[in-house]
Amino acid sequence: MAEWTEKEWGPLRDMVFRLCAAPGTPGDEEEAAKAVEKEVRRCLPGAQIQRDTLGNLLVYFGDRQAPRQVLLDAHMDQIGMIVTRVEDSGFLRLAPCGGVDRRVLPGSVVTVHGKEPAYGIVCCKPPHLSNGDADKVPAVDQMFIDLGQDAETVKQNVSPGDRITLGEGPRALLGSRITAAGLDNRAGVAALLRCAELLQGKTLSCGGILLFSSREETGCEGAATGSFQARPTEAVVVDVTFATQPGVAAHQGGKLGGGVMIGASSTLNRRMTQRLRDLAKEKEIPSQVEVMGGRTDTNADAIGVSREGVPTALLSIPLRYMHTPVEVIDLEDLEGVARLLAAYVLEGGENRG
Amino acid sequence: MAEWDLLQRLCAAYGVSGQEDAVRDIILKEISPYATETRVDALGNLLAYKKGRKSAPVRLMLSAHMDEVGLLITHITEEGLLRFAPVGGIDKRVLCGRRVQVGGHVGVIGAKPIHLLKSEERGKAVPMDEMFIDIGASSREEAQEAVSPGDAAGFVSPFDTSGGRIRGRALDDRAGCALLMEMLREELPYDMTFVFCVQEEVGLRGSKTAAFAVEPQAAIVVETTTAADIAGVDEGEQVCRLGKGPVVSFMDRATIYDREYTRLAFALAKEQGIPCQAKEAVAGGNDAGAIHVSRGGVRTIAVSLPCRYLHSAAGMIHQEDFRAAGRLIPALAENIAGGAV
Repeated sequence: MAEWTEKEWGPLRDMVFRLCAAPGTPGDEEEAAKAVEKEVRRCLPGAQIQRDTLGNLLVYFGDRQAPRQVLLDAHMDQIGMIVTRVEDSGFLRLAPCGGVDRRVLPGSVVTVHGKEPAYGIVCCKPPHLSNGDADKVPAVDQMFIDLGQDAETVKQNVSPGDRITLGEGPRALLGSRITAAGLDNRAGVAALLRCAELLQGKTLSCGGILLFSSREETGCEGAATGSFQARPTEAVVVDVTFATQPGVAAHQGGKLGGGVMIGASSTLNRRMTQRLRDLAKEKEIPSQVEVMGGRTDTNADAIGVSREGVPTALLSIPLRYMHTPVEVIDLEDLEGVARLLAAYVLEGGENRG
Repeated sequence: MAEWDLLQRLCAAYGVSGQEDAVRDIILKEISPYATETRVDALGNLLAYKKGRKSAPVRLMLSAHMDEVGLLITHITEEGLLRFAPVGGIDKRVLCGRRVQVGGHVGVIGAKPIHLLKSEERGKAVPMDEMFIDIGASSREEAQEAVSPGDAAGFVSPFDTSGGRIRGRALDDRAGCALLMEMLREELPYDMTFVFCVQEEVGLRGSKTAAFAVEPQAAIVVETTTAADIAGVDEGEQVCRLGKGPVVSFMDRATIYDREYTRLAFALAKEQGIPCQAKEAVAGGNDAGAIHVSRGGVRTIAVSLPCRYLHSAAGMIHQEDFRAAGRLIPALAENIAGGAV
């Protein structure tokens, strides 16, 4: 995709930015789901949309009666934090909601989603009070959020249980790379939507289900219940995975901008995986293989054992600085995932090849 | 113009020590109509002299520094990542996960994913020499087109005035610059010199040469100082508190302040009903350290705004403290220049 220019990636980038602007921590995906639904109505006009008990958003398209029913999954939640207590002084105590890296918290800017969103700073003791512990990052239960408001104002707006998101709005970096909090997994969500765009106007011989799942970061609960309802005959999960960076060696991650990561694992369906690899080659979509021994630590683990079992494959977008407020992806990798997914919906099938 | 427009513009400008040009350009343009005479010295300090209604019995210099802490790009790796060195005192714990601006580009300081950390790494601050800035370059060549070693990187964070506070980048010491600029707009009782200094954060260097040039008999340093009035810090360790007025120091790690001037500050505050507090710790230091020992010695006082999260991406000051300082400093200047004590 060497000729891929900003003119082409611009609309994709804008969609990712719109998706990242909506908060959606585990169990509180309402805003994110609304943003996704808006995009779905644009990409798949007339498709049947369903919200379920745990907050999943399911979209049905194609031939609902066909024997082949392909489920494409991407989780729409993002890591965040939860307010556990409002102190008398107006400072907030917090707990992680998903795997938050406490090393990025001191001095960081967060948004507290009370009645009105409020902008806060995670308190850090000034260095002169660190008593020789300058190398230690305090535990999360020793940290507080400062909203810069008097205690009364804070108490009117914020209650325990309110969610907190990290970071600021998304921004473009050089070329087709972007940074935002929550690219894990709004990038995957965008890949599904982009795939739907690519399928527009095509006649499908199979049925398609887009599962924008909730609660992945706390244990894949959304994918488990969503795939139970959707009854797919096969599934492709889209998530992000580690890109190489200092501290992440070549055997631990893929190359950022190096293309789609096709998952290979004992828990994933081998024939589907092979078909995806073949299709990537055939369609000249750059790809890399990500090998895992067993669990993939994605929704594929839950979907694969849904009901009497679902043949499942995994495609991932390489991402740097996972679970920090400054996650980075290359839009080219995202576009590649979308193209490969579209090709698989049209030409794949667990029973073929 | 809204009350905080000037401060917002000053904070939005990047001016890591040694590269203060953008900040100085704004200040020079703003003060030129009001100053009698301005000049920029060899190090980049901006000196502004303003005639008052009377010539001053005591030659007074007011100073604030233009520079901010930040990072200096030292090396570009083969993969297109930027290595850096700190400029000024930055706690390494506030760097990971931050967004920065470098050479007009956005960059991020990432961290190894939590999933791949060993258990002992989880609570340990990342050493600065293991951090890097990612501007999205996929090779050294691509990065070199955007950035060169020696370029400075500064924090990116929004300016916010909700809740009666001000949150933003580089409040240290653009808040001080803004206070002096507001004072320059008004008619002064006595002749005074205002200096906007470079390189405070790397060893009080600009103020040293500025004080030599101005040859003041007295100086007022307008600064921000650490406020640790946050949850989890005992009252006795809080140094000073937001909303309790400007801070007057008796002593810090660079200066023992003129006692008569500090007494004068508290007396004036009381007399005029201006909130004012003492700095309750001997910590930190500012341009007073260089100024009070200039030439044969200069009687010096520092008036600071309490600021939480100093030297990190987003500091926080109180709007009422800024307004109170805007009343106290001119009163103090008039008394000192007039030779009251």
